[in-house]
Amino acid sequence: MDKTQNNKAWFLVLPVLLLVAFSAVLPLMTVVNYAFNDTFGQNEFFWEGLGWFEEMVTSDRLHDALGRQILFSGIILLIEVPLGIFIALNMPGKGFWGSFCLVLMALPLLIPFNVVGTIWQIFGRVDIGLLGHGLAALGIDYNYTNDPIDAWVTLIVMDVWHWTSLVALLAYAGLQSIPQAYYQAARIDQATRWSVFRYIELPKMKGVLLIAVLLRFMDSFMIYTEPFVLTGGGPGNSTTFLSIDLAKMATGQFDLGPAAAFSLMYFCVILLISWVFYTAMTNLDREENR
Amino acid sequence: MTLEFAGVSRSVGGKVHIHTTDLTLENGTMNVLLGPTLSGKTSLMRLMAGLDQPTTGRILWNGKDVTGVRVQDRRVAMVYQQFINYPGMSVFDNIASPLRLMGKPKGEIDRAVRETAEMLRLTPMLSRKPLELSGGQQQRCALARALVKGAGLVLLDEPLANLDYKLREELRVEIPRIFEASGAIFVYATTEPEEALLLGGNTAALWEGRVTQFGPTPQVYRLPADATTARVFSDPPMNFLPCRKESHRLTFGDSVHAPTGGTIGDLPDGTYLAGFRANHVTLNRHSGDAVEFRCTVVATEITGSETFVHLVHGADRWVGLVHGVHQLVAGGQTSVWVDPAHVYLFDSAGRLAAPAPYAKAA
Amino acid sequence: MSRITLSNLAHSYLANPKGDDDFALKEMDHVWDDGGAYALLGASGCGKTTLLNIISGLVRPSQGRVLFGDRDVTDAATTERNIAQVFQFPVVYDTMTVRDNLAFPLRNRGMDAAYIAKRVAQIAQMIGMEDILSKKARGLTADAKQKISLGRGMVREDVNAILFDEPLTVIDPHMKWELRTQLKSLHREFGHTMIYVTHDQTEALTFADKVVVMHEGRVVQMGTPEELFETPEHTFVGYFIGSPGMNLFEAEISGSEARLQGVKVALGAAYGPTTGRTQIGIRPEYVTVSDEGMPVTIKRVEDVGRHRILRAELGGQPLNAMLPEGMTIPADGARVAFAPAKINVYANDWRVAPGDVRKGA
Repeated sequence: MDKTQNNKAWFLVLPVLLLVAFSAVLPLMTVVNYAFNDTFGQNEFFWEGLGWFEEMVTSDRLHDALGRQILFSGIILLIEVPLGIFIALNMPGKGFWGSFCLVLMALPLLIPFNVVGTIWQIFGRVDIGLLGHGLAALGIDYNYTNDPIDAWVTLIVMDVWHWTSLVALLAYAGLQSIPQAYYQAARIDQATRWSVFRYIELPKMKGVLLIAVLLRFMDSFMIYTEPFVLTGGGPGNSTTFLSIDLAKMATGQFDLGPAAAFSLMYFCVILLISWVFYTAMTNLDREENR
Repeated sequence: MTLEFAGVSRSVGGKVHIHTTDLTLENGTMNVLLGPTLSGKTSLMRLMAGLDQPTTGRILWNGKDVTGVRVQDRRVAMVYQQFINYPGMSVFDNIASPLRLMGKPKGEIDRAVRETAEMLRLTPMLSRKPLELSGGQQQRCALARALVKGAGLVLLDEPLANLDYKLREELRVEIPRIFEASGAIFVYATTEPEEALLLGGNTAALWEGRVTQFGPTPQVYRLPADATTARVFSDPPMNFLPCRKESHRLTFGDSVHAPTGGTIGDLPDGTYLAGFRANHVTLNRHSGDAVEFRCTVVATEITGSETFVHLVHGADRWVGLVHGVHQLVAGGQTSVWVDPAHVYLFDSAGRLAAPAPYAKAA
Repeated sequence: MSRITLSNLAHSYLANPKGDDDFALKEMDHVWDDGGAYALLGASGCGKTTLLNIISGLVRPSQGRVLFGDRDVTDAATTERNIAQVFQFPVVYDTMTVRDNLAFPLRNRGMDAAYIAKRVAQIAQMIGMEDILSKKARGLTADAKQKISLGRGMVREDVNAILFDEPLTVIDPHMKWELRTQLKSLHREFGHTMIYVTHDQTEALTFADKVVVMHEGRVVQMGTPEELFETPEHTFVGYFIGSPGMNLFEAEISGSEARLQGVKVALGAAYGPTTGRTQIGIRPEYVTVSDEGMPVTIKRVEDVGRHRILRAELGGQPLNAMLPEGMTIPADGARVAFAPAKINVYANDWRVAPGDVRKGA
C-alpha cells in the first residue's frame, strides 16, 4: 500500500478539525449532556441515566410521529423517483429545448425552503390562493387547515413540486452517459420500449438513482421548514413529523431532557440508514467489477 | 541521466500488479514497453512518473533515490492514448502552458514554443484551437506540450492507439526523429510488436506484471529469452509444437524428423517446445532441410501481396504468412514447410534452450 | 440474405447542398452481391460511416435509392430492414446472462422457447461460448463481449446483412487474429452478406472479398485485395494500401520508358502520351537493391523483424524499399531497380492503362 511520506500534511488539516469541533462536536456533546441529566436551567444538573431514553422509546407520541414520518418518506419516494425517471426519459436531449428544460427543472431547487412553504401556504388558501380558490370554485371541498387528508395531499404535492427535479436531473445525467450505439443495437434487436428501459437505461442509471434515493430519503426524513410554515404540524398532530415534534418538545414545552434523548436517537437512526445505503452501494460496485 | 528500478514491485490489496523488477534506462534512449492489455505497462509507467509508490524497492535517478518524491517535483512528461489538450486555449497557449506554470520569461517561452512546434510540424496551426485539428495534429499538440518543458523522462502510453492506421504509420516514423532531437529518456507503451520494431531502441517485454526480457529491440525479437517473450513479441503469434530430441535427431509430433544442427546438437535429449514465426512458413520446399507438416486449413486471408494461412496442426493453431496470393480451400489438407534454421527450442520451463540458427547469423 | 443495390446514391448533411463539396457522400452506383464480404476502407471523415448508416437505416440519403434484393428500403426504418450490426465498442446487455443476450432478438420477435433454446445453443457453439452461457455478460473481457454482439447478430436466420463498424478497435492484437479467423469461418459457413467498415487496411484486406476504398466522399476503387495492391486506380489507393504505401515519382512518359529527373526507367508496357501531372508508382515490395540500378541516397534502414525498410531518396524524392530479413546494404550508397511490370502510370492521380490516353482533363 501507499506509504505516507510526509506527516506534516496532517497539520494542514488542523484548522478544519478545530472548526468541525466547534460547529459539530461541541453542540453534540451538549445534547448528550442534556440527554442523561435533568435540568431546570441555572446550570443545575441531576443524573437521569437512561430515563429519558426509556420514556421516549415507550412514548406513543413519538411512535405516532415516527409512523407519520415513515409514511411521508415512503410516499414521496414512491412518487418522486418514478416521476423523476419518467421526466428524465422524456426530456429533449440537446439544443435550445434541452437547456430550457434543464433551467426550468432547476428552478424549484433554487427556492429557499421557508419560501416554498409560504408559496404553498398562500397558493392553497381557499380565500385568496389560486389552488384553494380554484378547487373551491369547482365544488371540491378542500381546506388544508381543517382536513388532515387535504393537509397531507398539499404537503406531498409541495414536496413533489420542490424535489422531483433533483431526481430527474440526476437520472438525466445518468441517461446522457449511454452511448448511442446501445439504442441502435436495441432497435436492431427489435427491443420494446420497456426492454430498452429495463436492460439498458435502468442498469446505467442505477448508480445515480441510488444517490437520488439516499438524498431524498434523508431530506424527507428530516423535513422541517416546509410543513412547519405550511401547516405548523396540524391540523391536530396530523402532520407533526419527527423534527417538528422535536422542536415542539424542546422549544415549545422546554422538555430539554427528553428532546435531547430523542434527537440522539433520531441521529442514530439516520446514521444507521445511511450506513445501510452505503453498504448496499459498495456491494453493488463490487458485484459490477466481478 | 539514468532511471533505475532496484527491486521495485507493487501490489494493491494483496494483488500483485508489478512483480519485482530491476531495470535501468539510460539517458537518450527509446524504451518500448511491449505487452497485451493489463500486462502492467501503465502500472510501470505510473511508478516511473511517481504517480504511484512502489510496495518494495527503490527508484533511482542518476543514482539518487527519488522513491518518495512527488510527480510534480520530478522532471516527467506524459502523453496518453486520449488526446488531452486544453480545449479553450490555442495550440500556442497549449504548448506554452507548462512553461508559464514554471514562470519562464515571455521571450524564452515564445522561442521554446516555436521550436517545438516546428519540430512537430504544428507551426501553421499555432493560432487554432485543438478541436479544429485532426486527430493526428491533436496528438502532436499533446506531444509538443510534453516535450517543450525539457523533461528528462517522457512517458508515452499508447499514444497512437486512437489514430487512423495511416496516421499512425506516419507518426511512428516521426516519433524516433523527435526523440533523437530531444535527448530525453523516452518510454513508449504499446500492444503491437510491429510498433516496437519500427521504434527501435530497447524493448521490455511484459506479461502479467513481469518484465520477461529487456534489451535492444531487434535482439529481443530474434533471441527471445523464453516462450512468453516470443509469444508477446510476434504478430501473428508464434507457432508452437512439442518435439523430442534423441541423439542427432529431432522428432516433431510422431513422425516428422529433422537432423540436429548448430547448438541444438549439444542439448541433452528430452522433450522441448519448438517455436517458429509465421513468416518462416512456406507452401513449398524452399530449402533442402525444410521439414514438411500436414495441416488442416482453417482460413486464408489475402493482404494483396501476401497471404495469411490459418492452420490446425494436431492440437495447435498455426498461422503462416506466405508470399503471393493463395486461395486454399478451408477444411482441406495442405503441406507446409519449415526450415529447422528458423526453429527455436524452449525447455520444459519455457526458457530458450536453443535459438533458431538463422537468428544468430542475423 | 440479399443483394444490396445502391442506386444513384448521394448524401449531404446540409439541407440545401450547393456544390460537390457539400456532399459527405458523392453520387455512386453499386451492386453488392448476396453473400459477399465487403470492406469499406478509408480515413476518418471519408464518408464510410455515412454510407454504413444509410445501409443500416440510421441516415436517410438525400438522393437515390437503397435496395435489399428487389425491395426498396430507402424509407424503411432500421427495425424493418432485418440487419445486424457489431459496433466499435462492445454493446451487450450487462445485466443479462450470455444466454439471455443471445436469445434477446428472438424473444423480441416472439419465437417459441424450444426454437430459441436450440438456436442459442447452436450460436454459442459457433462462437465458442457454450460453457459460459449462464455467466453475466458484464464481467467478460472486451473480445468475449464483442463475440456476444456478433452472436446476437447471427442468431436470427433471416438477417439481410451483418454490418461491422470497426469491431476490432478495442481488441488486443493477439486476440484480433482469433476473432478474424472466426469471422471468416462464420462467413464461409453461413454466407451472410457482410459489410465491414474500417480504417485499418490489414483488417479490410484480410476480411473482404471486395474492398471499397473511399476518399473524400467518393469510392475511388472497388476490387479484390490483389487488384488494390497490384493496380491501384488512384494514387490515394496506392498510398493507403500497403505499409509503407506506394512510391510515387514525377515523371515523363514516352512509349515504354519513363524519365524521372534524367534517369530512365523501363516500363512493363507502352503508354500513349499523357496530359496533366504525370507520375509513376511502384510498391516498396517491388523495389530491389541491385548493382545495376539507379543510385539512391540512403536515409535510414529500419529492421522491422520479418523484413527491412530502406528509406532513401531518389532524385530528391522519397523512396521506400522492402528488403528481405537479414540483408545488408553496402554502406557506400546503394542502387535500386524497379520491376518493370509492377510500375503503374498516373495522370492527375488516376491510373492510365497501357496504350491508353485518358483522364488527363
